[in-house]
Amino acid sequence: MAVGLPENIFMTKLDAAASWARSNSLWPMPFATACCGIELMATAASRHDLARFGAEVMRFSPRQCDLLIVAGRVVMKMLPVLQRIWLQMPEPKWCISMGACACSGGVFDTYAVVQGVDRFIPVDMYVPGCPPRPEQLLAAVIEMQAKVRRTGTVMGKEFLARDTPMGPEPFESEERYRIQEANLVQLGNFSAAATSAGSRGANGHG
Amino acid sequence: MVELETLQQKFGSSLTESMFRDNRRVDVPASQLFDLLSCLKSEHCFDMLVDMTAVDYLEYEGAADRFGVVYLLLNVTTGERLIVRTAVNLPNPALPSVYSLWRGANWMEREVYDMFGIVFNGHPDLRRILMPEEFAAFPLRKDYPLKGRGERHNFPVITRSGS
Repeated sequence: MAVGLPENIFMTKLDAAASWARSNSLWPMPFATACCGIELMATAASRHDLARFGAEVMRFSPRQCDLLIVAGRVVMKMLPVLQRIWLQMPEPKWCISMGACACSGGVFDTYAVVQGVDRFIPVDMYVPGCPPRPEQLLAAVIEMQAKVRRTGTVMGKEFLARDTPMGPEPFESEERYRIQEANLVQLGNFSAAATSAGSRGANGHG
Repeated sequence: MVELETLQQKFGSSLTESMFRDNRRVDVPASQLFDLLSCLKSEHCFDMLVDMTAVDYLEYEGAADRFGVVYLLLNVTTGERLIVRTAVNLPNPALPSVYSLWRGANWMEREVYDMFGIVFNGHPDLRRILMPEEFAAFPLRKDYPLKGRGERHNFPVITRSGS
């Protein structure tokens, strides 16, 4: 005997239902280390109102969050903290890298600043800008929701395939060269370092 | 105002004085630094160490010494200021700590140690203050490359499936 569905019941897949629920209640973990953090606060404040997209519940405990927003530059001393916070967040979890510094190090191409957090933690969404406007962050959150709905599964199977590091090569060729040069100097092989430094200057890369 | 002659009577003619804009600077050999500073504090009432820092003179035109260490003193009562400079060299740059004179020297000396590798003998707690403990180099030395020697890439990588 065929039973017709009442009008207030609809059929869907479990994955889709879970992703729909998750995407509309992203709880961000604000990791605000610099001026991007001010824009992040502005995004959550009354004018731009992140609550319209269901992501207003900023928690300062990673255990209660599922969206890490890295806003600002991350230095060597801060990176282990960031990695620990990422590992402390329960599954399923996503990460937005907000601003030029978090994405690539920005103008801070120095010895202490990590050149993009995607070298060391997985990133789902990049927001360009220095700092990005709140509208850009809102767009990223909306895009994040779309991504969760598009790819999300109940058990988080979509994460298992992402098993390679996302970031660029750790060393640029120029940097590798400089490290090599420094090691030669440390070994006391001054003549070799001087010769290579001279040839580099002659090639115009110095 | 503390006259150079007064100081020279006590510390000899190795003290020299120079002016740059309104800043009066006294150069002193490292061996006499602590005696001079404690004299300036106890007899001339320079009761505040405003700042203390160092300069790396590597490849600097006309520089005889590798590092200059600079003490900026202030007499709070009269408003008189005095800059005391001294020089240290590799391979073992070391100076006496002035923590016993001004407590504020504690973190300043740690910072100079962290950035330049100048050791302050007698400092109560000479550790790195800005860079991580395991950092091996002294980044404000002129022979240290701006982009580092790869320390900033030396971290474990966390992949998505692995977290």
